[in-house]
Amino acid sequence: MPQFDPTTVSPQLIWLAITFIILYVLMAKVALPRIGQVLERRQHRIEENLKKAETLKSEAEVAAAAYEEVLADARSKAHDVLRDVREAMTADAAERTAAVNTRLLDEIAAAESRIAEAKNSAMAEIRGVTAEVTRSAAQKLMGEAPDENTVNAAIDAVLAERG
Amino acid sequence: MASPLKQFEIKTLIPVQIGEVDASFTNSALVMTITVVLATVFLVVGMRGRAMVPGRWQSMAELCYEFIAGMVRENIGAEGRQFFPFVFSLFMFILLGNMLGLVPYSFTFTSHLVVTFGMAMVVFVGATIVGFAKHGIGFFGFFLPHGVPWYIAPLLVPIEILSYFTRPISLSLRLFANMTAGHTMLKVFAGFVVALGLFGVFPLVFVVALTGLELLIAFLQAYVFTILTCIYLNDALNMH
Repeated sequence: MPQFDPTTVSPQLIWLAITFIILYVLMAKVALPRIGQVLERRQHRIEENLKKAETLKSEAEVAAAAYEEVLADARSKAHDVLRDVREAMTADAAERTAAVNTRLLDEIAAAESRIAEAKNSAMAEIRGVTAEVTRSAAQKLMGEAPDENTVNAAIDAVLAERG
Repeated sequence: MASPLKQFEIKTLIPVQIGEVDASFTNSALVMTITVVLATVFLVVGMRGRAMVPGRWQSMAELCYEFIAGMVRENIGAEGRQFFPFVFSLFMFILLGNMLGLVPYSFTFTSHLVVTFGMAMVVFVGATIVGFAKHGIGFFGFFLPHGVPWYIAPLLVPIEILSYFTRPISLSLRLFANMTAGHTMLKVFAGFVVALGLFGVFPLVFVVALTGLELLIAFLQAYVFTILTCIYLNDALNMH
C-alpha cells in the first residue's frame, strides 16, 4: 500500500502542518470573526425589535384603556344630556299645557260673562216689553191705563215669585 | 486494469529538499492547499454581504459556524470558546479533504495514516497539555475515577492509562480506514464497469449508490473526528 511508504512521511507531515496552520490563522483571524459579528448583530437586532414590540404593545394597551375610558365617559355624558333634554322638554310641555289651559279658561269665563250680559239685557228688554203689554192689556180691559209704578211692582213681584 | 490502490500514490509535483528532509510539494499537498483556499473562499466570500437576512451561500457559512459552535458549547461548555477556531478549522479541513477526495482523479489526503495520525497527535498532545495546564499534577487523577474502591485501582489505573494512550490511534485509524476502504471499493467496482462491457451497467448503478454513501461517510467521519476532539478537550478541562 502506498500509505506505508516511509519516504512520503516527511513531505506529507510538513505540508499538513503548513496548510493547517494557514487554515487556522485564516479561520481564527478572518473568517470566524466576520460570521460571529454578523450573528451577534442579528441577535442584537432581534432582541431590540422584540423589546420595541413589547413597549409598543404596552403603549397600545394604555391607549386602548384610555379609549375605553373616554368611550364610557362619552356614553354617560350622552345619557345625562339626553335626560336633561327630556326633562326640559317635559317641563316645557307642561308649561305650554298650563298656558293653553289658562287661556282657555279665560276665554270660557269671558264667553260666560258675555252670555250673562246678553241674558240680562234680554231679560231687561223682556221686562220692558211685559210692562208695555200689561199696561196696554189693562187699558183695554179697564179702559184706564194703570200707573206705571204699580205695573212695575206687580211684574217684579211675579218675577220674584217665579224665579 | 489499474490497481485500486494506485489512487493513494503520492506523486511529487515540485521537489523541495531542506537539508536532509524531503519537503516536496506533492499531490497531497496540492489538495490540502485547495482545501484551505476553498474553505476560506467559501466562508469569506459567502459572508461578504454581511446581510441581516442571509442568502443561500451566507446561510451555509452560518450553518457551518453554528453547527461547530453548538458542538463545542454542548461538549465542552463556556470554556471551550477558546478552542472553537481550532475545532472549526479541523472540521472544515477534514470535511473538505474527504469531499475533494470524491472528485474523480483527485487525491484524498485523509486516506493516509500519516496525515490522520498527525492530526490525531496534535489533538491528543494538545488536550494533554491543556489538562496539565489547568489541573497541574492533579490531572493524573483522571486515571482514577471518583468513587472507585482502592482495591480496584491497581486494575483500573493501567486500563485507564492504556485507553487514554490508544485515543490517537483509534482516532487516526478510524478516519484513515474509512477513507481508504471507501475509495478502494469505489475503484474496484468502477473497474468492473469497464471489464464487464454491456453488463457494466449493474456495477455502474452500484458505484453511483456507493458514491452517495461515501458522501455521507465523508461528512460523518469529519463529524466523528471533531466531536471526539471536543470530548477529549472536555475531559482535559473538566476531568469527566
